[in-house]
Order: sequence, then structure tokens, then C-alpha cells
Amino acid sequence: MTTVIKVEGISKTFKIHHERHQSLKERMLHPRSGSTETFNALKDISFSVDTNETVGLVGHNGSGKSTLLKCICGVLQPTSGQIHIRGSLAALLELGAGFQPELSGRDNIFLYGAMLGFSKKMVEGIFDDVVDFSEIANFIDTQVKFYSSGMYVRLAFAVAVNVDPDILVVDEVLAVGDERFQAKCIDRIRSFQDEGRSILFVTHNADQVRAICDRAIVLDGGKMIADGPTHESLRIFREHLMDSAVEHDRSGLLASITIDSITTPSGSFDVRSGAGMHFDVNITSHGAYSGNFVMEIFTRKGLLISRSDAKGSPVNLTPGQNRVGIDLAQIPLLDGIYDVNIGVVDPRGNTVIAWREQAASIQVTYDGREGGLVELGAAIRQQ
Amino acid sequence: MSARDSLVTRLRNLWNRRELLFSLIRSDIRIKYKNSALGIVWSMLTPSLFLAIYWLVFGEVLKNGIPNFVVYLFAGMIVWNMFNTSLSTATGVIVVRSGLVKKVSFPREILALANVGAATFYFFIQLGVFGAYLLLVQHSPDYAYFWLLPIAFLALYLFTAALAILMSAITVYMRDMEHFILIILQLWFFLSPVVYSYEHSIAPKLHVWGVAWLYFLNPITLIMLTFQRAFYVATTAPSTTQTVVVHGHTVPAILQILPSWPMSTYFYLDLALLGIMVTAFLLAEVLFGRLQGNFESEL
Repeated sequence: MTTVIKVEGISKTFKIHHERHQSLKERMLHPRSGSTETFNALKDISFSVDTNETVGLVGHNGSGKSTLLKCICGVLQPTSGQIHIRGSLAALLELGAGFQPELSGRDNIFLYGAMLGFSKKMVEGIFDDVVDFSEIANFIDTQVKFYSSGMYVRLAFAVAVNVDPDILVVDEVLAVGDERFQAKCIDRIRSFQDEGRSILFVTHNADQVRAICDRAIVLDGGKMIADGPTHESLRIFREHLMDSAVEHDRSGLLASITIDSITTPSGSFDVRSGAGMHFDVNITSHGAYSGNFVMEIFTRKGLLISRSDAKGSPVNLTPGQNRVGIDLAQIPLLDGIYDVNIGVVDPRGNTVIAWREQAASIQVTYDGREGGLVELGAAIRQQ
Repeated sequence: MSARDSLVTRLRNLWNRRELLFSLIRSDIRIKYKNSALGIVWSMLTPSLFLAIYWLVFGEVLKNGIPNFVVYLFAGMIVWNMFNTSLSTATGVIVVRSGLVKKVSFPREILALANVGAATFYFFIQLGVFGAYLLLVQHSPDYAYFWLLPIAFLALYLFTAALAILMSAITVYMRDMEHFILIILQLWFFLSPVVYSYEHSIAPKLHVWGVAWLYFLNPITLIMLTFQRAFYVATTAPSTTQTVVVHGHTVPAILQILPSWPMSTYFYLDLALLGIMVTAFLLAEVLFGRLQGNFESEL
């Protein structure tokens, strides 16, 4: 395994002008004035990505993930630190940024290919695949300015994934296109993974990261706060989101409720497949509050098995210690360890009031003969 | 990639991305004439109309006394158009295409170079039109001087490219440049021997003060003189083969309009200019490298 992206101690400082003197007159009148403030978008980030690795870059808005990505793609130069890239890199930062609306789809394929750094010959070789993938064969000679936004994005995505880069950098692009095209993109990304290429995938959608990435890096306020297996990093990401939400919460509501622990009557989280289970959730509340409970169950690989909430029947919390019971009538899961997340959500909106990631892990033992995730109790017989 | 690349690295990057440069030039040219009925004809029509206007104003109305004025004008205009078109389009190009600059990684000066490249393309079209015109009026240029043209053109290209790169970067910090450059170009046009003769109208006055070199601080002058020497001095047209005596030498009358230098002087001057322009281009690259470091906070 070789390292394809190596990021060593990257920092990026932006100067923020409060008075922008961009005209000649203003520059003459105020040669050195206008206060500038520095803003550290990235602080000493180091990590590396190997071949055959799909790494998710997660963080909420303003966490610095786009800045980091731009540094990796060479759009921005880091203030300090080094980035080493091995092999060709195709970046899907804002799809179609290089398109010329006045030109036809055909011309733009070549222009965009050249922008991504691929030769004309190479683009000619993949031209049919691109047109095929983008599903706009009938409009390939139409000026791009007449394209719908979906067609625009499809064309850009098709170019970037078909030029056969060693490293693919994807920035929030899967949010566009209809569901079918999204699925096609994910398929394409999967086949990329199978070919042993590297993918750097940026999003704030935790579900997409779970679905695609082996590893996730979490950024917050320009600092790297986690780098590890996807479920581990996402736990840190969610907890961190909660912490920062508490800091910014004016009503003080968020700090007033904490999920302390989950217990079971027997004290054990082992369960036989098919049996039921009862959880007691211990909550400390500083005031009377009525909210909805949410429970999520994940596999260790990060696949969401179930999300259940008690919408319509909120739980009333009283000041002090509370105990809320959750009954699972039957757990038809097969062998394995499953993580349980518990949260309290505001009944009006969907604001998360309290959240506990991996509040418990349940160990399921199964001695049946079905394979997969759940036992459906299939009975097969001749009719 | 490090925080700041060396000049050699940057030139190598530029070379590696030449396909992008050609793609941009092609799209530039296509976009310009995409929806117009006359298309590429405009790139010949516009300069021809200007040529006609200048001929009317300076040749016929003001009577500048240059024989065969259209040929003289044409030779100067094609040089001027290349420089003028490049600079007026390249100056604002990084600001105009900031969306691209902030999203895609490539050597930024390629944007300005693409504009110079498109202007080069128009230059050759106009050169073709010029050639056709010369055939039409049966004006046979002085072919003996043609081998100097590539040197002069290369100097013109490098000078234009250097200024275009530099101006495109400066405009990011000072947006007024976009408007200012148009005024500068207007002035520059009249500082160059396009619609008048240097030797005839300017040199005598400057010689009185002994500061004729001042006029040659404008690199465009020497390039134009070379083009005019090659194309304007006819070997066939009878009106231009008459001789007069200048500074004790017998020279063709037409050389009163152009400097009466021997071919070797043109060669040495053009070669020296080329050397200076190579340096200027490298210098512009270095300066651009420094200026582009802060683009993201200005765009």
C-alpha cells in the first residue's frame, strides 16, 4: 500500500479586510488603512490517505473542510505545511465550475477535461463513456447554457469520474441529481473503490459517510478532532456537534437535559436473537420538559438498522432524576454487536435537545441458520 | 506543492498544462463569435473598418503625407491589434473568471495567456488579409527583410504576454486597472508609429534635443518599424523606388518615412529587444507568483 495523499502540518490563515480598498482612489487615500483581521481556517492538520482507501471528511459548515480540500487540490496554497500528492487527482469541487455556458456540451467535455489536467487524446478516448454516463446524448451539441441544472451536473460528474483519476475528490456533489442518478454515482464510486483507487469524500451528511467510507476525519473550527474508523469518528462528530450546540444555546434548554446512562434490569446487554429487551434510560433534567425520544440502532459497520421515535406521545420530564423505559418487543437481529444511540428531540421542530451516541452496545447471539442481518423466519415448503 | 513554487517549477507547470491553454484559446475564439451571423469574419471586419477610418482621417483629411498609406497603416495596425486586444481582454480576466480561479487548480496566468493566444490567432488572420490586400494592389514587399519578422513577432508576443500576466494580477488588487488600461492603451497607440511616421514627424524634433532614444523606450515601436520595413518598402511599386539623399546617403525615398538603418541594425536591435522581452516575461512570471498568493482573500 502506498500513500497517495500526505498532508503534513497544514495551516491556512486568511486575512479578512474590514475596509476593502480595491479602487485606485481608495488605495491612494488610505495606503495602509483598513483593519485586517486574521482568521485561522486550518490549524496544523496532518493525515495521509493510502491507495484503496475511502476517507470521509466530516465537519459542520465553517469547520474548514472545504478549505482543506482546496489546499489538497491546489486551488489554495497553505500558509504553512506541505502536501504531497502521488498520481492524478480529479476534484469534483462545485461541479461544472469550469463550464463555459456558451459552448456546447461536446466542447465543454474537452475543456473541463483539460481543466482537470487530462490530455485531449485521453478525453477523446473516454468521450462516449462520458456521454453515455451523463445521459444527455441528444443534447451534446446544444449550448450548455440551455441545460437544466441536473444535466449540467451530470455532465460534469461524468467527465470527472471517467477520466480515470488515481484520486477522486468529491465535495458534497451527491446532493444533486435525482435519486436514480445519485445511486448511479454511488455505484460508480463503489467501482472506483473496487479498482483500488483512493477517494476523499467531503460531506456533512453522516449517512453518506457511513455508506461509503472506511475511515473518517472530523474537522471542527479548523482543527482535526478525530481520525479513525467511520463509526468512531462519527460518534465524536455528533458529540461535538452537541457540545458546540450547547455552547451556542441561548435558552439554556440544551444544557438542562442530559442522558446519563442506559441500564437493563439484569445489567447485561446480551440478548438472544428473537427475544425482547427492556432499556431504562436515566436522565437528569433541570426543568420540566416534554420531548420526543429517538432511538437508533446501527451495525458496527455503520449501517442504520432502525430509527424509531415516539412522535405524538412525548415523554414528560420532571426536574431532577427521570427514568424512561424503552421496550423492544423482539430483536430479530443475527449475531453481532449493535450500537444504540438515544436522543431527546424537541416535539415542535426537530431540534436535538440531548443526544447520547453509542449509549449502549448490545450483543446478539443467534443460533439459527439464516444469514444476513435479520431473521425473517422464512419457511420454505413444497406446495 | 510548497507555499511558493520556484520559477522553474512554475514554468514547468505552465508547460505541462499547455493542453489547457489551447483548449482555453479555442473556447475563447469560439465563444466570441458563437452567436454572431458573420462569425469569424468580424475578426477581419473590425480591424478593416478601423483601418478605413484611420486612412480617411490621417491620410485623406489631415494629409500626413505618407505615400501608399494603407500599406503602412496595415503593417502597424496588425502589430497594434495583437497588443491592444490581448491587454484589453487579459487585464480583467482573473477577476471575471474568479469562479473558476477559486474552484479549479491550474496555473492562473494561463487565463491571461489564453487571451494573448486568441489575439495571436487574430493576428495571423489579419496577416492573411494583409497578404491578400498586397496581392490585390500588386505591392511586393521587401522579402529580404522577412526573416526578421519571426524575431520581432516573438518579442511582441513575449512583451504582450508579460504585460498581460502582470496586469491580470494587479487588477485583482486594484479593480480600476480594468478601466485605466483602456486609457493607457489609447495613449500608447499614439505613442507608436501607426498613423504617422516616426522618421518623418517625430525624429527631427527629438534629434534637436538629442533624446531620440526616448521614443524607443516603447518596445512596440521597434517591432512596428521592423514590420513596416519588411512590408511597406516595396520592391516593385514605382512610386516607392525613387531615391533621395539623406545624411549624404542615397536611399529609397520611402526610407524617409522609415529609419534609414541597414538590415544589420534592424537585426541587432530586434535581437536585443527579444533578449529584454525574455527577461521581462520571466520577471512577470515571478511577480505573478508573488501576487497570486493573496488572490483568495481579494477575489
